[in-house]
Amino acid sequence: MRRLAAAILFLLALAAPAAAKDELVIGITQFPATFHPMIDAMLAKSYILSAALRPFTYYDKDWKLRCMLCTELPTIENGKAKLETLADGKKGLAVTYTIQPGATWGDGTPVTTDDVLFAWDVGKNPKTGVPEADPYLHVTKIDVIDKKTFTLHVDKVHFEYNAYFVFDPLPAHLDRKNFEADPANYRRRTAYDTDTTNPGLYYGPYRIAQVVPGSHVVLEPNPTWYGTKPYFKRVTIRVIENTAALEANLLSGNIDYIAGELGLSLDQGLTFEQRHADRFAVQYKAGLVYEHIDLNLDNPILKDKRVRQALLYGLDRETISKQLFAGKQPVAQSFVSPLDWIATSNLPKYPYDPGRAASLLDAAGWSEMKNGVRVDAAGEPLRLELMTTAGNRTRETVELVLQSQWKKIGVDIRIRNEPARVFSGQTLRQRGFSAMAMYAWISSPENVPRSILSSNSIPSAANNQTGQNFTGFKNAEADSLLDKIEVQLDRQKRFALWQRLQEIYMDELPVLPLYFRADPFIIPKWLTGIEPTGHSGSTTLAIENWRAQ
Amino acid sequence: MPGFLTRRAVQSLIVLALMSFVVYGLIGLMPGDPIDLMINANPKLTSADAERLRAIYGLDRPLIERYAAWATDALQGDFGYSRSYNRPVLEILGPRLANTAGLMVSAFVLALALGIPLGIAAAAKAGGGADIVINLFSFVTISMPTFWFALILILVFAVTLGWLPAGGSPPAEAGFFETLRYLVLPVVTLGVVECGAYARFMRAAMIEALRQDWIRTARAKGASPVRVLVRHALRNAMIPIATIAALEFGTLFSGALITETMFARPGMGKLIFDAIMSNDYNLALIGLLFATLLTLIGNLIADLAYTVLDPRISYTDLERDR
Repeated sequence: MRRLAAAILFLLALAAPAAAKDELVIGITQFPATFHPMIDAMLAKSYILSAALRPFTYYDKDWKLRCMLCTELPTIENGKAKLETLADGKKGLAVTYTIQPGATWGDGTPVTTDDVLFAWDVGKNPKTGVPEADPYLHVTKIDVIDKKTFTLHVDKVHFEYNAYFVFDPLPAHLDRKNFEADPANYRRRTAYDTDTTNPGLYYGPYRIAQVVPGSHVVLEPNPTWYGTKPYFKRVTIRVIENTAALEANLLSGNIDYIAGELGLSLDQGLTFEQRHADRFAVQYKAGLVYEHIDLNLDNPILKDKRVRQALLYGLDRETISKQLFAGKQPVAQSFVSPLDWIATSNLPKYPYDPGRAASLLDAAGWSEMKNGVRVDAAGEPLRLELMTTAGNRTRETVELVLQSQWKKIGVDIRIRNEPARVFSGQTLRQRGFSAMAMYAWISSPENVPRSILSSNSIPSAANNQTGQNFTGFKNAEADSLLDKIEVQLDRQKRFALWQRLQEIYMDELPVLPLYFRADPFIIPKWLTGIEPTGHSGSTTLAIENWRAQ
Repeated sequence: MPGFLTRRAVQSLIVLALMSFVVYGLIGLMPGDPIDLMINANPKLTSADAERLRAIYGLDRPLIERYAAWATDALQGDFGYSRSYNRPVLEILGPRLANTAGLMVSAFVLALALGIPLGIAAAAKAGGGADIVINLFSFVTISMPTFWFALILILVFAVTLGWLPAGGSPPAEAGFFETLRYLVLPVVTLGVVECGAYARFMRAAMIEALRQDWIRTARAKGASPVRVLVRHALRNAMIPIATIAALEFGTLFSGALITETMFARPGMGKLIFDAIMSNDYNLALIGLLFATLLTLIGNLIADLAYTVLDPRISYTDLERDR
């Protein structure tokens, strides 16, 4: 197998040069289910539409919230966001946005407040199939000030008031009739899916000019774009799901660049870099995909905090990061990415300390050793089951390392993996793992982890098994902090709340943090301007800045 | 003959109805649903969102009720929407089927064009040098993993030599020859991988035919070796090959998952696989039923082909005997 790999590497090294420089072909591994900006949430759709549409606000590469479609970010300080008292005496917010004056749909129709009102109608209608209805439902009224300016009135105070509630415009002049004719069937009748190449659906630097389902999407410059003129005259986004084939296509010149958002895995990227550093610059960006191990707190062994802490002391996560991931995936010190402004170093630390782990296990009653495994007073072994997604090579490798490291402190780990579909669709959702489950969470900058830490989010019949607090973590202070963080507008005060929440998390350890995943961006040396962000914002949000040199 | 055809049509309808129920049930028994997949991708989704979405997609109803609704619509010609593509199922299937047909029929023809002559050549001198080489070639092609062979072809002809595209679909403005270039590597992959089996079947059938008394008689009458092979043995040996080829015909249109994935060709194999994995009931069902229908048609064609290849077989006689 190694010889075959070596032969393949040799052949790959003889690759053909890249394609013409005014055209760019990007390889990704997923095709979007729909092109409607609000229906369904898929990374591939977000990647493509970020080149053709622009959100009101976005997080830049430094994770700072900025305006994109709006002219100025509304804040309490600049007076464009104001607290207001609602009829029931509660506090709400009024937030005013102005749309970029030059923003125009590709058919020449200006982007106006009418398009914002239409997007609101679609979002709040329960029949349309918009996944996350919360932001639309909290908007109680929209005051139209003029064609480009509007004020949102929301019935809730939220620290992310200038980004959470605002929704991006939809082309009322093209799509309103499809919606009003039959809201329940709008997701099937929308022009984004029935007439995808209509220029009037896009106002970004590019528009979708051709779609071959399952194969590729072609983007061409949008003549009505008001910002920096994009360099490439044609951008093809080609979908190749098999990553080995994706790599071969890159080397044959069939594609120019593999997007990190939907491309090779980290180990593939590292191997690729070793072989082709002369032609490609591989950029790694660790972000918001948080690999961790959920502990089932109903397990009698794991109920004891000392055992949970011993398990983390018994792991040499730094070595795992260095040896398996060339240090590209930083060790997680809590659920917060080190790139997020709320990250803090002032937290309980768990360096590799097998001595400390042993003391904690001794204190927890697991002091006797029998055949290399700790036992309690009743002679029961310290045996735990570790589960993850079968077939995920990286996770399965990590699992073996964890098993061997824990064996050194006398913990017997039994591995039982399941296909991803069964693991996430059934085992996690029904809390069917007996002890430990290794997987990843995806979040966004300063994301309030209500769905994974709130006691109300423990899957149960009451919430129709939809909560994601699979560990069963219940902590009254954490619940209260989650509520307080959401409504605290003062950054400094909010930081203190975040810090306390992370302290509780790292002290109680309902979860064993492992590392933040990094995506490799395989960029040809002639292509410049791609700036991986590490958060959910696609790099294509700055596609007009990409250049060939 | 009309009675035979009618009987086969009724049998086919029963098989299709049973298949639809079994496939729908099996997909329904898989853990998780599309909304679970959405929740995994978006931690901000609330339980209210999940309930609303399940109701919209009809996933809150019992499986049997959903199947009944689907079957009623299907009988009226409405095969529903694909949840994964947000388009009518038939609109998705059409281009995929055309892609698959182009790929698979070409590969099928190539496999037969290579396999049958190789099988005949091996049988003509069974045990000789040519037979050994052909057998070796056949075993290599049968044993060779499709993804590996595809990757090697890509590396040689696309990466190293740069003669052919590594995969994907031709651009919309591509002409006939440019479109053909995109077909070459996947067709060669499938054709070569399949031809070994045909060569083995053909060889065995020919050896069996060449042992028959009437072959000895033909030789005794002074027929040339080529005439004995082609006119006397081949026609009889084609009956088992027709059966195998007919069975293969149905699978042609259900696509080739690995080849389509390796060459990034949007075809039926990948479509059906993805539809099953994403719980896209309508798409998976229609895709699988279509493949079943074509297998049934393939079998019917094989039955009819027997009457051409062997005049002793007659369905009219069968009906009369009844």
